[in-house]
Amino acid sequence: MKAPSVSIPNQNAAGLSAVARRRLQAVTYPLAGIAIMFLCWWLGGWVLAGNPDTVIFAGFAPGPTLASLQQMLGEGALWDAIGASLYRIGAGLFWGCLLGIPLGIMVGYFTTAMQMANLPFQFLRMVSPLAWMPLAVMIFDSWDGAIVFLIAMAALWPILFSTAHGVRRIDPGWLKVARNLGAGGAQMLRKVILPAVMMDMMAGIRLAVGVAWVVLVPAEYLGVTSGLGYAINDARDTLDYSALAAVVLVIGVIGYGLDSLCGLLMRRFNWRMES
Amino acid sequence: MGATISINGITHHYKAGADPVLQNIENRIDSGECVVLIGRSGCGKSTLLHLIAGLLQPSEGCVKINGHQVVRPMAKWNMMFQKPSLYPWMNVRQNAGLGLEFAGRPKAEIRGRVDELLMLVGLSEYSEANVQSLSGGQQQRVALARSLATNPEVLLLDEPFSALDAFTRASLQKEVAAICRDFGITLVTVTHDIDEAILMADRVMIMNRNPGRIEQEFEVALDWPRDTAGVDFQARRRVLMEQFERSENVTPLGKPSRDRVALRRVGG
Ligand SMILES: Nc1ncnc2c1ncn2[C@@H]1O[C@H](COP(=O)(O)OP(=O)(O)O)[C@@H](O)[C@H]1O
Ligand SMILES: [Mg+2]
Repeated sequence: MKAPSVSIPNQNAAGLSAVARRRLQAVTYPLAGIAIMFLCWWLGGWVLAGNPDTVIFAGFAPGPTLASLQQMLGEGALWDAIGASLYRIGAGLFWGCLLGIPLGIMVGYFTTAMQMANLPFQFLRMVSPLAWMPLAVMIFDSWDGAIVFLIAMAALWPILFSTAHGVRRIDPGWLKVARNLGAGGAQMLRKVILPAVMMDMMAGIRLAVGVAWVVLVPAEYLGVTSGLGYAINDARDTLDYSALAAVVLVIGVIGYGLDSLCGLLMRRFNWRMES
Repeated sequence: MGATISINGITHHYKAGADPVLQNIENRIDSGECVVLIGRSGCGKSTLLHLIAGLLQPSEGCVKINGHQVVRPMAKWNMMFQKPSLYPWMNVRQNAGLGLEFAGRPKAEIRGRVDELLMLVGLSEYSEANVQSLSGGQQQRVALARSLATNPEVLLLDEPFSALDAFTRASLQKEVAAICRDFGITLVTVTHDIDEAILMADRVMIMNRNPGRIEQEFEVALDWPRDTAGVDFQARRRVLMEQFERSENVTPLGKPSRDRVALRRVGG
């Protein structure tokens, strides 16, 4: 076939280099996405407001929500709720790591531990953390303790499985060389195994944060009188729908922030060189 | 300073009841001697090095270094592998100093020693570099510095240069042989390169398989430095080739020897 005689139009006709275009797109596309989300939100609010049956829910629309949010940010209650929720997430993740990392390393390192633990762990992993609620309430005398337990149960599995996966992928040469250089068990752990699996561990923690944050809100519907989940329930009971939507917005933003933080940490511990 | 290695009646099998990978190995390697192991793949060369290094324990018999039985790996009996296995989360300096760090040496001492060794292997400029940015030869030099840092008495090399290009390989062979002679380190190295054997060895052990054993020994008996193009060198090389070929013919279970061309890839 003959080559077409017309010249292909220059893709950078606007005078932008490919790199600059990509940079610009990295900003404009997400902004466009957010704009579309707001549009849907606004449309939804408009539909709610237009129907006499649903007009009491008109507070869900962007206008009232943002107004409520602005007001709440100026008051202490929202910040107290955020603080309480973050504390529970933090404590739950702490216990999840404290159990998940050593267990993950053991299961990844010792084949027999893996063979023994695999089935029970896969089974337990599939049980929704919220299913432990009645048990948690019996075991812990405070609601706070019970919620932290639930978060820990949610966080444990992703951390454990990611860590174990990372350990299994360790280059056996690294272990052999370290042994050969006279490394003891603790040195092997600190200098070779932990740095080698750091990235997988962080990936597990990132997943755990996501799951824990999702589980936190329903967990806070029960019993406690603080936290973002409680704030949602409270707003529903007082029919303050714009406040409810504002809390949802806050939950989303914090969740996104926590995930980005984990992403940053992952990049910080990534020793793989991009080529 | 080197060390004497005595290999006393070693038999080894990986699985109980299986055919032994090594049978009744008996040998003595003098302090500062350089021994090269050659033999077809699967005849137990790597296994023998692992046993000397203490990375494996023999099913029967024992290895003694300077009269002490080897029961676990130690930094003073160091082994290098075909893969450098550097740690990518550490820079060149940290990799090279790892053995000293495991030994609990003070930071300043490690720094000084590593500087010396990076100079020795020609990587001074790269001390802060990411090991992943180095070439294969440079990575193997870092591994060499790491092995030498702990002042080993014995250096065991399991084909550490076989993955490198011919030029890099030749210069590293020469350097390692020279370093070991300078420091009197006892060197046991596995290779499938006949020239490397003649270039480095005081003594070549020709191994055979089914079961793995030392079939013959060969004294190179050439002066240092050796010239690969020299007449003596070529003569000794020829003799070693003939011996190797003969040792192939006595293989009880294996095939009889192939033609001479195939023999160039010893242990291939
Ligand atoms: N970890 C192991 N487990 C079981 N068998 C092994 C192991 N390592 C080596 N072998 C077997 O032992 C024999 C000798 O292997 P090796 O020492 O690696 O030989 P070489 O280095 O001379 O090629 C081979 O038959 C190999 O399959
Ligand atoms: Mg081998």
